[in-house]
Amino acid sequence: MSTLNYDSVNEITEFFTRKAQPDDATRNAHIFKLDRRQFLKLTGIAGGGLMLGFALSRARAHADHVDFNPNGYIKIDSEGITLYAPNPEIGQGVKTSLPMIVAEELDVDWAEIRVVQSEINPALYVQQFAGGSTAIPAYYTPLRQAGATARAMLVQAAADQWSVSPSTLSTELSQVLHAGTGQKFSYQELASVAATLPVPSPESVRLKDPKQFRLLGTRITGVDNEALVRGEPLFGIDVSLPDLKYAIYQKCPAIGGTVQSANIEEIKKMPGVVDAFALEGTGNGNDLFPGVAIIANSTWEAFQAKRALKVEWDETNASKDSWSAARKEAARLAQEPATQIANNGDFDAAMSTSTATSSGFYQYHFVSHAPLEPQNCTAHYKGDSLELWAPTQTPSWAIPTAARLTGMETSQVTLHQMRCGGGFGRRLYNDFLFEAAAIARRSKSPIKLQWTREDDVRYDLFRAGGFHQMDGCVDENGKVTGWRNRFITFAPGGRPASSMNGGVFPGGMVDNLRVEQTALDWAYRCAAWRAPNANVFAFVVQSFLDELSHAAQRDSLEVLLEVLGEPRSVGGGRRGRGMHTGRAANVVKLAAEKAGWGKELPKNSGMGVAFYYSHAGHIAIVAEVSVGGEENAVTNRSGENVIRRKLKVDNVTVASDVGPIINLSGAENQVEGSVIDALSTMMDLSITFENGRAEQTNFDKYRILRASVSPAVEAHFIDTGEHSPTGLGEPVFPPLAPAVGNAIFAACGHRVRTLPISEEGFYLG
Amino acid sequence: MKINVNGTTHDLGEINPRTPLLWVLRDHLSLVGTKYGCGISQCGACTVLLNGEAMKSCLYPVSAVRDAQVTTIEGVAAKDGTLTRLQQAWIDLDVAQCGYCQAGQLISAEALLRKNPTPTDDEIYAAMDPNLCRCGTYIRIHNAIKRVADENKSGQNGG
Ligand code: FES
Ligand code: FES
Repeated sequence: MSTLNYDSVNEITEFFTRKAQPDDATRNAHIFKLDRRQFLKLTGIAGGGLMLGFALSRARAHADHVDFNPNGYIKIDSEGITLYAPNPEIGQGVKTSLPMIVAEELDVDWAEIRVVQSEINPALYVQQFAGGSTAIPAYYTPLRQAGATARAMLVQAAADQWSVSPSTLSTELSQVLHAGTGQKFSYQELASVAATLPVPSPESVRLKDPKQFRLLGTRITGVDNEALVRGEPLFGIDVSLPDLKYAIYQKCPAIGGTVQSANIEEIKKMPGVVDAFALEGTGNGNDLFPGVAIIANSTWEAFQAKRALKVEWDETNASKDSWSAARKEAARLAQEPATQIANNGDFDAAMSTSTATSSGFYQYHFVSHAPLEPQNCTAHYKGDSLELWAPTQTPSWAIPTAARLTGMETSQVTLHQMRCGGGFGRRLYNDFLFEAAAIARRSKSPIKLQWTREDDVRYDLFRAGGFHQMDGCVDENGKVTGWRNRFITFAPGGRPASSMNGGVFPGGMVDNLRVEQTALDWAYRCAAWRAPNANVFAFVVQSFLDELSHAAQRDSLEVLLEVLGEPRSVGGGRRGRGMHTGRAANVVKLAAEKAGWGKELPKNSGMGVAFYYSHAGHIAIVAEVSVGGEENAVTNRSGENVIRRKLKVDNVTVASDVGPIINLSGAENQVEGSVIDALSTMMDLSITFENGRAEQTNFDKYRILRASVSPAVEAHFIDTGEHSPTGLGEPVFPPLAPAVGNAIFAACGHRVRTLPISEEGFYLG
Repeated sequence: MKINVNGTTHDLGEINPRTPLLWVLRDHLSLVGTKYGCGISQCGACTVLLNGEAMKSCLYPVSAVRDAQVTTIEGVAAKDGTLTRLQQAWIDLDVAQCGYCQAGQLISAEALLRKNPTPTDDEIYAAMDPNLCRCGTYIRIHNAIKRVADENKSGQNGG
């Protein structure tokens, strides 16, 4: 029914699952294996760096004018020491944490360095995107090598000056020291000489023993924090250019509709309107939908014109999506066997010989990313070049499509990556950028395309809703012996929005396990949303495990640890990236201990525990809640009567094993933020669709959690020293909802099986 | 039309008096620190000080501020650039994640502390609930305000 093309969405999602491999770090290290000629070329490209041949002669005459620019991450010149942050900053803290890794090995004084956002350059950088919690694992080794390489060259430069062996020298706070004589050189003094030395291969430089780290693992405040509190322009939306015009783009409120006619002549006469025109779209829902563009002298005039715009839409091929119809169909499908994805042991036999069973129909609504900065992009088309300023998570992938849409070579397109006002996965997709490019092509002046909040929600790539019929059993010892997860998902453009597999918890941990999947037809685009798949699967499987613990009349913590079992690798991880039950049990025990699992609690209070492994992180959460008495009956979004009950989340204790921590402050911030985001999402966030349209399009109906009801969060980290660091932008999110749900059951005996739980009457107070 | 922002009078010429203050600040005066998040007075990203009171500027017509003193995030620090203790607390406690809401948060906190230098937890919540943070930095925002409130209480408010 839909003509949209979803291929690239799925490719992107797949890319992240594939890309998020710690061992990519080693593979990507190839970027540093440059021969001297390549090095010369690259230092020229890197911006500000002089070609080395030229530098050599200048080095003698004007030593202080030569840049030391040994790789894309470091520049030392007369201005000082600059570290380049290669990746988009979306709030996950990489503009601070990635340069910290370089700084550690380079041994610079953090207080004196300057951090600058890199330009896009695939030849220089490992992977310039923000997604899949992959920046830290992919960059950790390359950045250490980059810092250590530069440090080795600076040490060599000093050794040459003093005619001593490099091994007699040490470095500290941007200086090379000779202990024997007490002499020292600052890095800046050495820069010109270092620039003349050959770049050693990254494998040949010695990296620090992590025990010697001085910077990594400490709390460092974000490098943009001062600019932020001063209100300086940093974000995509802040771009201003001479003669800038402001654009809006109106698309069909039901996705997939095309423009039949519009009152364009009338709009053109409106105050401040410069131009208005329809665009046909490309038929690919990931670059350009059909719509009407309006260019005006100010954003407000563009918004006013948008209000006056009347478009006749042809909705023949547009979305007819209906959430209520989908729910009905899912409830029916839940009773029928579906395609088997995995079938280990004999689930039916386990059920028939079991001592107790449990059964539950779980469901979760669609949600929107809703980053606080609505999508926007500034574009300047100059005939033979296109310049873009965009808050995007995938800057390097945007360029080829922008080039195609404007009839350019990729070399004619420049993209400046701007700080992003939130990402959560939304800005992996650059549809807003492609719209801006297409509109700019028709404009003499540069334009800033601004989506309204309503545009942003309507044309989101949603986290898909879904349904799970769960069945399971325990034997006479109360051991979980059978588990069936029948998953009903949505299939936008014919491809399932998310996929189950046999590795999803408790895959590899329960003997008789069956996974089934079926998908409903759907038009709206669905895609990666903070901790894709895990963000909902965790709720279902960790809540259902809790159900089985209660069916067995056993302690939930004890059952969880029993299911995890002996320390070993399990699950669907690829290339050795799977979950490790030993690391899992350790975080579970730590969270339980810190939260005081089993302690006496007031009446109507309860604790819940949940564990989930995602994005290479092992995370356990214990939530402590109190639940108020039953209040009045209200009608929920689905038209059902539910009893209102007040929920208070008193404490959330998080134990994480993501290997060593880079920036402790940033890590704690991600833990706190993930808990609050997850609580916000589980409480009340829902996008329902009827008549092919989203029913909530702004924060009045899409009610994000507010400060007064946010819980206290305690963050604990395990680092055994055996693992390399992995990302923390996503993995804390998934286990929060089941921990809270399980705590609600412990407090009042009500099992929540619907997200958001406002559908079951709960509200935060 | 003329308006006063951060102590400077700006002549806006023939502007439509119904233009919301937010877009006047951003598009006409290039004061882009004040942000657009929802346009319907729900998120607080557009909060400015109007005669010292927190006010969401996205629905507030510019004609209504003709006789008022508007302070935006750019005007919070002292003229010589010295940060306020509140701004410094924001930096020291590493409050921001994406940072997009933070100008509005800081302005709301500033308005609170001007009126009530030693707010209780509940008073902080009441003042800050109009401001959404999609990244969930509420705990740190609260702690930053608390730090200044505690300093005020113990009298080390050095000005
Ligand atoms: S933009 Fe004004 S409150 Fe959201
Ligand atoms: S820090 Fe991102 S919205 Fe608040």
